[in-house]
Amino acid sequence: MNPWPPHSAPFMHTNTSVTQVMLRVQIASILPLVVHIYFFGWGIAVQWILAMLTGLVVEYAMLHLRGRPVKPFLLDGSAVITVTGLTFCIPPESPWWLIVLGVSFALIFGKHLYGGLGFNPFNPAMLGYAFLLVSFPAEMTQWTLPSAVSGHTLSMTESLIKIFTGHLPASIMDQVTGATPLDHVKTGLTQGIGVPETLNNAQTIWHGVAGHGWIQVNLAFMLGGLYLLWTRTIRWQYPVGFLGALGLMAAIFHAIDPNQYPPVLFHLLSGGTMLAAFFIITDPVTASTTPLGRLIYAAGIGVLVYIIRTWGGYPDGIAFAVLLMNIFVPLIDQYTQPRVKGHPR
Amino acid sequence: MTLDRVREIVYEGLWHNNQALVALLGLCPLLAVTNNAINGLGLGLATLAVLLVSNVLVSLIRDFVPREVRIPIFIGVIATAVTIIEMLMAAYLHELHLLLGIFIPLIVTNCVILGRAEAFASKNPVWAAALDGLAMGLGFLIILVILGGMRELLAQGTLFDQAWLMFGETARDWTLYLIHLDEGLLLAALPPGAFLGLGLLVALKNWIELKKQSKHQPLPLTPNHEPEKA
Repeated sequence: MNPWPPHSAPFMHTNTSVTQVMLRVQIASILPLVVHIYFFGWGIAVQWILAMLTGLVVEYAMLHLRGRPVKPFLLDGSAVITVTGLTFCIPPESPWWLIVLGVSFALIFGKHLYGGLGFNPFNPAMLGYAFLLVSFPAEMTQWTLPSAVSGHTLSMTESLIKIFTGHLPASIMDQVTGATPLDHVKTGLTQGIGVPETLNNAQTIWHGVAGHGWIQVNLAFMLGGLYLLWTRTIRWQYPVGFLGALGLMAAIFHAIDPNQYPPVLFHLLSGGTMLAAFFIITDPVTASTTPLGRLIYAAGIGVLVYIIRTWGGYPDGIAFAVLLMNIFVPLIDQYTQPRVKGHPR
Repeated sequence: MTLDRVREIVYEGLWHNNQALVALLGLCPLLAVTNNAINGLGLGLATLAVLLVSNVLVSLIRDFVPREVRIPIFIGVIATAVTIIEMLMAAYLHELHLLLGIFIPLIVTNCVILGRAEAFASKNPVWAAALDGLAMGLGFLIILVILGGMRELLAQGTLFDQAWLMFGETARDWTLYLIHLDEGLLLAALPPGAFLGLGLLVALKNWIELKKQSKHQPLPLTPNHEPEKA
């Protein structure tokens, strides 16, 4: 379905619709969702359903208000991607209104106020995340620990009670929430505990590499991302540029002082690295569109993520890095236009 | 002095050429101090007073000012007015003066003041300049208070908190607790909240204008991506 055929020739037809692309991204995120549920409990599934319902209502209301045809835009699946991306970023056991507010902000302010899909300069999911992190820092940093670490598996009922009423016995909550591995390293450093020592904490860190649970979720995202690469849904420049730049930064600083800066693998398999590499920065609307531009854009995000993680105030910095680089996209595109065959350089 | 002219000046200042919503001037203080309604009111009143005084003075001397050096002379006049207002505030509204701090002296650089001196007061008789200063200042003040109120309501759930800073001890219990919030929307109190709030107010104003215009001919709602005609 393509309601707006191109105005003039020549255009290459790729035979993939928005709906198809969005569907593939959705398929690719099933595995990470399952892995996430396995390690962190049912919270994320509840959040995902909540977010989907909110997304549908908001999308319908905004399309109606803007006088746009509801059906084609509602069914193109673009809101679903925003919603899924945001769901993976918020703590699984956070109160229900958090994701509702975040999704509403992302879709209304991040997408529709700019004119809808294709016109938004900023990644809506990251805008929603930044909005939540700035507005509700306490809720946004209360992460659920993997059940293997906390020793308590939250049942679905417990998750539901926590999300909708917030009244879960304090004994359980103290047990199941805690700092993420990125937090651990950061607070460890402020207390004078070196990185190797933190990484040897067998309880939270898996085989001395990165966080238990976090590694597996990141690997699941990578597998999903490889599927997207294989189907040519996303361009290789994004993950390569991003992971390359982040890895290079980590390698340089780790070589300078291994006691102060965590190794490459820790950075690549912690927090939202893989989610960002394959699912967030690949958003075709807000990313750079020239081949070289994509590399520069992705590498810029990688460098910024490392800077924010290492010297910034927040443990992870993907949302701010993406939003900052979104600002530079028009500039990057301007100076990386490929030479048209036959034209002088 | 005709009634039509009066009506025109007032309409321009309050709505059609509102300095905050249409000219988008004076954004620095507008965005910086509107974290609650009382701060907005305080700075709005100070700006209003400066605008009134500077417009009258500029209009009085408009025939003696050489065109080539008018800007420095206007700035001198405005700075004088601001200094007077600032000293008065320091004397009589000391707490509020402390709270608004640097933004009171900064009124000198508020583009609204110089803009009105240059565009209106230097070309019009004293009564019109005074009225223009009043209308423009009031239009600016209203937006400051509305934006401050919006942000205060979202961040704290209150309105007119800290009113005693302006109205003395009797105003200590003037605070209206409208919504009970366990924790407010912190973003509204932070700088992005000011940008978002002002953007929404500008959009609201444009929407009302658009409604007025298209009362007789509804906008075409075509599903293509051509820019909508305003």
